[in-house]
Amino acid sequence: MIEGLMIGLSAAFSLQNLLMVIFGCLIGTFIGMLPGLGPMSIIAIMIPVAITIGDPSAALILLAGVYYGAIFGGSTSSILLNAPGVAGTVASSFDGYPMARKGQAGKALTIAAISSFAGGSIGALLLMIFAPMLSTVALLFHSAEYFALMVVGLSAIAAFAGTGNVAKAVLMTLLGLILATVGEGALFNLPRFTMGIMDLQSGLSFITLAMAMFALPEALFLVMNPARSAQGDGGKITGLRITREEGRKIAPVIGRQSIQGFFIGVLPGAGATIASFLGYAVERNIASKEEQKEFGHGSIKGLAAPETANNAACTGSFVPLLTLGIPGSGTTAILLGALIALNVTPGPRLMIDEPQIFWAVIISMYIGNLVLLVLNLPLIPYIAKVLTIPRNYLIPFILFFTLMGSYIGQNNATELLLLVGMGVCATILRFADYPLAPLLIGFILGRMLEDNFARSMQLYDGMGFLIDRPMTLGLLVIAALLVVVPSYRARRAKARAKGIADGD
Amino acid sequence: MALDRWIAFVILCVALAYGYAAFFTMDQLLPPFMQRNPIWPSTFPKVLAVLAILTSLVILLGLEKADADKKPADIDYRRLGEYNIGQALLLLGLMVAYALLLRPAGFLLSTVGFLTVGAMILGERKLHYLIPITALATGIVWYLVEGVLGIFLRPLPIFF
Repeated sequence: MIEGLMIGLSAAFSLQNLLMVIFGCLIGTFIGMLPGLGPMSIIAIMIPVAITIGDPSAALILLAGVYYGAIFGGSTSSILLNAPGVAGTVASSFDGYPMARKGQAGKALTIAAISSFAGGSIGALLLMIFAPMLSTVALLFHSAEYFALMVVGLSAIAAFAGTGNVAKAVLMTLLGLILATVGEGALFNLPRFTMGIMDLQSGLSFITLAMAMFALPEALFLVMNPARSAQGDGGKITGLRITREEGRKIAPVIGRQSIQGFFIGVLPGAGATIASFLGYAVERNIASKEEQKEFGHGSIKGLAAPETANNAACTGSFVPLLTLGIPGSGTTAILLGALIALNVTPGPRLMIDEPQIFWAVIISMYIGNLVLLVLNLPLIPYIAKVLTIPRNYLIPFILFFTLMGSYIGQNNATELLLLVGMGVCATILRFADYPLAPLLIGFILGRMLEDNFARSMQLYDGMGFLIDRPMTLGLLVIAALLVVVPSYRARRAKARAKGIADGD
Repeated sequence: MALDRWIAFVILCVALAYGYAAFFTMDQLLPPFMQRNPIWPSTFPKVLAVLAILTSLVILLGLEKADADKKPADIDYRRLGEYNIGQALLLLGLMVAYALLLRPAGFLLSTVGFLTVGAMILGERKLHYLIPITALATGIVWYLVEGVLGIFLRPLPIFF
């Protein structure tokens, strides 16, 4: 591990990579602050830039910086405007916005920055400990287990979508998998489902799909509902200092939430949003009586908890990506797509074959957190000016960057028409409350899932691997339970509630 | 029928067509040596088609009931008329026009046009600010893409 750290340090401290972290964090903060643009859209927009860099570690460092920056920027707009740019920072607005209303905006931002810093750093430390352990175990996996593990990941993502939505999330995952079969697969050299259209021969581009799923619907929602793009004055932020007593008050919260947030982030499908809400709820429950009254009215504990948890969870979500090559969230799925485009296959072999990528990313997480604390915090009053850009200018630019992102990747104008078409479909799907992240994750995992499935079928000459490899079967059973149990329990609870109502 | 069930119906139709292709037409093209493989190009699509049909039926028939106390959606599609749907449609049309014009009209002209018209659709009228700003931004982006990233974008119309 020490050796790895050294490799990481030497890779991350090159001038290029340091600039990448700083640039990524700034861009992420800048765009993450804009209402409606979440980390997924921002990373999707940045991917063509990252791919053109060519060096996979630099690209991943840049994108990870953007990811952190976006979460940090999202909490800034939650605190200042009560308009979270990112779902993971919604919980920060519960107590952050009341603090800002009381004139403590500066203090709130400092607490947010410190807790994000602590959460991210502790998360990176845990990542450093757990990722190598997990990847040693993962080396024992064969393609059959990989196939089963991906199925578990996909069904966990669907299961976390919440009651009443499991079927929708499953359907979206399947749709993503179906879209992934379009084009020429690696195993068969046969074009499939292209309907004779040449442009579909190489399959759909995942950047176009990511833009169409996230950036475009958000922009259209901003157009349709002007209330979403709340405008602030963004100028008067003073008093960034916190007292020692306040520091002592939030320290245990930060400690607990970084660990809890990290492990929630590791779970596939959970991620920053759930971690932040859960962190807020847990801290409120264990706080003393008089502190509990403060929650929701500008409690510093209530702000520190979700901020710590969401950053720790962001770091945690890198564990399955880097060790198993299986993304647990939409954002890491996009990162996986970018890595594959750069000819890097994340997985247990990553640490052995390309340790410089693995460790450089971990080291750059520390640097990224430091950049956010040292560079962004003093700059926040100025960066917050971005909130005053009139939406008449903002929205055309968002649309333009969406188009550019997909055009640069493919250099093909047909791609733009595809983008608009799929964007309209995605908007309609969002109207009806269909989750879109599972679709993208399914799309990105589709190829890998089928390859591993095909490989185990060929090795065992049929479905024999299900019996010969008990672990595969076990994982598949877990996957099935994950999908079935929540809806079964919801049905039973409903039936019971009905029964009581009838008895009255 | 609610919108989500209509969508499930559309996806069901797509899945049926996909499944038809996977089960009946794809295997005819398969060369004989590949037919000895335990897995065919159509194997995985067949599984997906069956699962997708089943799941869309679950939604279509309403077997899974949503929570009663659900948070209101961002935009209620039942009251679509109350939102700026016209602006959204115009912007979508503008994006299509941009896609079609990008090659023939060149990057600089079509982008300045896109940004200016886009802002005007949203209600911006101060052209003396708008045009210089969009022109400047277009120039910067073109420089970044062409000069820094090294991706060719035809800057001027096709007849130059």
